[in-house]
Amino acid sequence: MYDANKIIPGLVIFVGLMTFPIWAGMGKAEPVPKPKIDTPVIKEMAEKHCVESKNYMADYHMQMLITWRDKALRDGKRIYVSSSGQKYNVSLQNTCMKCHSNKKEFCDKCHNYVGVKPYCWDCHIEPIEPKGNVL
Amino acid sequence: MSMDRREFIKVAGLSALLGVGGKGAFELLRPGELDAFEGQAPENVPAATPKIRWAITIDVRKTDNSVVQKCRGVCDYLHNVPHFDNPKDEVKWIWGDTYEHAFADGANEYMDSSLADLPFLLLCNHCDHPPCVRVCPTKATFRRPDGIVAMDYHRCIGCRFCMAACPFGSRSFNWRDPRDGLKDRKLNPEFPTRMRGVVEKCNLCVERIDKGLIPACVETCPDVLAFGNLADPNSNVRQILRTRTSLRRKIELGTEPSVFYLV
Repeated sequence: MYDANKIIPGLVIFVGLMTFPIWAGMGKAEPVPKPKIDTPVIKEMAEKHCVESKNYMADYHMQMLITWRDKALRDGKRIYVSSSGQKYNVSLQNTCMKCHSNKKEFCDKCHNYVGVKPYCWDCHIEPIEPKGNVL
Repeated sequence: MSMDRREFIKVAGLSALLGVGGKGAFELLRPGELDAFEGQAPENVPAATPKIRWAITIDVRKTDNSVVQKCRGVCDYLHNVPHFDNPKDEVKWIWGDTYEHAFADGANEYMDSSLADLPFLLLCNHCDHPPCVRVCPTKATFRRPDGIVAMDYHRCIGCRFCMAACPFGSRSFNWRDPRDGLKDRKLNPEFPTRMRGVVEKCNLCVERIDKGLIPACVETCPDVLAFGNLADPNSNVRQILRTRTSLRRKIELGTEPSVFYLV
């Protein structure tokens, strides 16, 4: 091989650089984020409950939001009856975010952790948070 | 594999026979099953008469620039309609224009200026046969059973077929990020904005109608506009239409608009 003294160290450096994210993060686990529910509206609730149970919401909120979207927009059904029999207005901005007004601490934390980028906020207006979170 | 002429003709003839026989057998066992759907509703299914058919009447004689301003102002606020200086980027839900532009087919040079100079409130006509719905490739725009031509912005791919199809110019394309056109303005936190690359239009305040409210423009100018159910013979709009002469835009196209201009 010609120029082996240059090519082989070059290859070693290249592979080292390319695999840097793998070996730099080895053994270190990012802690699983806990979404915060300390918003003023939730704090005032006597019994803290969401539309459905906490576990159901954690597992299925995306399916629920899609169903809500189609029901409200396409079928005009804007009332959701929960499994406990309570009625809710079907709306991301006016129901979900009224309680969960801390989008950064509630939505974004988990979404960033799992690397998903929902495009809700391209159109829907996120709640205005006290610390100058404007459009 | 080689095939001589004689062999080929045999196979071809047999295949042709089978093909004809196949179609014939199908017709015998399942008549009509093979016919293509030609876009006509089957005759034995009676067309359900709708119970609700929302409509708006606009009293042209009482419309002036302040009415147009007020309606547009409240609609643009409630629906977060962006404002851009460049007319090419303009997004319109409800707006005012001259008689000549609103009724291009009916204008003539000898018309009384009391009508010709009036501003006409223009908005989506929520047609009975909306061409925009027919051409939409993703069913992003659709007609609700109560006659409202609604849009699902989640589905819109921005092809602008609906804009080409709409004869009333009621649709606007978001050439720019609508949030740029909403800067320094109070947003309605209860309604979303749109994103760049989708078409938008008047939704007859469907979010309010579903809550039992009337459209915001009608609520703002109740002397000029009226909102009601065309399917109910005793409704307010039917009574108005019985007593007043009304015009609709471009009826010769057969889209059956549900916005009536009282002259």
